[in-house]
Amino acid sequence: MKKVLLMSFIMFLIVSVFVLPVQARTAFEIRGSDTQVNLTANLAEVFMEMNKDAVISVTGGGSGTGIAAIINNQVSLANSSREISAAELAQAQERGVEPVRIVIALDGLSVIVNEDNPLEELTVDQIGAIFRGEITNWAELGGNDQEISLYGRQSNSGTYVFFREYVVKADYSEDKMRMNGNAQIVEGVLNDKSAIGYVGVGYTAEDGKVRDGLKIVKVAKDADSPYVTPLDPTNVADGSYPVARPLHHYSNGLPEGMVREYIEFVLSEEGQQVAVDSGFYPITEEYREINRKNLAW
Amino acid sequence: MRREIREKAIELFFLLNSLVVIIVLIGIFYILLSNSIPAFREIGLNEFFTSARWNPTSFSKIEYGILSKIVSTLMITFGAMIFAVPLGVATAAYLSEIADPKVRQILKPVIEILAGIPSVVIGFLGIVLLGPYIARTFNLSNGLNALNGAILLAIMSLPTIISLSEDAISAVPKSYKNASLALGASRWQTLVKVTIPSALSGIIAAIMLGMGRAIGETMTVLMATGNAPRMPSSIFSSLQTMTATIAIELGEVPHHTTHYYALFAIGLVLFVMTFIVNLVSDIILHKYQEVE
Repeated sequence: MKKVLLMSFIMFLIVSVFVLPVQARTAFEIRGSDTQVNLTANLAEVFMEMNKDAVISVTGGGSGTGIAAIINNQVSLANSSREISAAELAQAQERGVEPVRIVIALDGLSVIVNEDNPLEELTVDQIGAIFRGEITNWAELGGNDQEISLYGRQSNSGTYVFFREYVVKADYSEDKMRMNGNAQIVEGVLNDKSAIGYVGVGYTAEDGKVRDGLKIVKVAKDADSPYVTPLDPTNVADGSYPVARPLHHYSNGLPEGMVREYIEFVLSEEGQQVAVDSGFYPITEEYREINRKNLAW
Repeated sequence: MRREIREKAIELFFLLNSLVVIIVLIGIFYILLSNSIPAFREIGLNEFFTSARWNPTSFSKIEYGILSKIVSTLMITFGAMIFAVPLGVATAAYLSEIADPKVRQILKPVIEILAGIPSVVIGFLGIVLLGPYIARTFNLSNGLNALNGAILLAIMSLPTIISLSEDAISAVPKSYKNASLALGASRWQTLVKVTIPSALSGIIAAIMLGMGRAIGETMTVLMATGNAPRMPSSIFSSLQTMTATIAIELGEVPHHTTHYYALFAIGLVLFVMTFIVNLVSDIILHKYQEVE
């Protein structure tokens, strides 16, 4: 009996000395953007497949939540679909945190309407006017005589901030419904014939095809430019799709150890293929350059 | 002697236990109040209570008016009561006066199970079931509006209303009913003219408690009412309640900013509202016990 106790005690010591520290070193958390949650979960899954001793947990909550978590030093990586703001950067530095920006994929932020809407294309200005509440009926744009219902994200969302900054350029209409996630916006637009909404391109497709009942609007920079679709990767890569944006990880200082290995994987050919499989697009040379500079690799 | 000491000690122990609840309550109130005062100072009571525009992360003009949120909260709460009160009281009357004991034995636990359904599940049903149904029925483009929220809240406050009203109706002395029946009144007349009026204060207290439940509900209304910040103009308006605002914005707000304090101030207003509702129900209940 004593022997058994002694043995189990020794086993316990061995486990705590060798196994636990290894686990502590290789488990880390990524938190933030709801747009990037599926993408990051897929990346983490493939990475964990390759590195059996890595444990990555991915959670959402919105880009603002992710950046707040990196400022408070609660997570290893933040997911953010917008760049960190000057105020947030100052807050981080105040606490001794040095956020490093890493671009992991590109998103053609898609403007979606119900399939029954006859409208095919819009300019950025028109979309802005719709979301500012200046255009309130589809008839004004040559569509059916229907009140437009607006679907968008809540203020903790990076997509909310990005879209306001680059498309709406003013406050959103007070009639815009603030939905809890990309998936809810898609759900809303599917059920509402007079809806318009904005979501990450990764949420518009199912098994490589646009979801039934959904239509992705072709968007032009201005009335003189061609109308292009975000579904064609080249439009996003060459910048002809006007509401394309980079998706980020933010780390505190240069990533080290397992986090570094993970980032290397994300930026590798294989990692970028995972991004494509998740419905997003690989990063271009322009962003690779930014990554090289920020990461000093 | 020894036994006396022991009993005193046990008594003290229970006293301390009940004090803990009071201390927690005072603590919550203190935190709410101390974090709200900077908001009132920085925003001004006037803007806070009379402006209908709430936009703390605005592109151009930052505003902190909670009027539309108070109106939204009251609107779906009273809306919920319009559905829940007749249904709840009728069910309670049926259960205690008319139903066969066997039927009651099945119905009562089932109604109490309704109270156990998580609010997120009810909110989900609001999106996928009730919303599209409202849209079809009233020929709207979508069903994420005040009516949807009110119906869901009615469902959620029904168990409270039914269960407490039933207790109140059962507590009406049998002699009242016997007297009424002996005078030649029918069962219906007895129920409507004698039993329910006698139990009225208990029923009102039940309604108030159900209402307190509805005011504070968060997840369901956050999911089902669409969260458009505009002042609601009809029951088909999409609206954002006070609880939903706090839940959505508290996660990302930088600490110790005006926005942060303003969210606490909303919490304080909400606390005062539910406190009043509970206080009124308590007063009514006390009156009713005195009559007994």
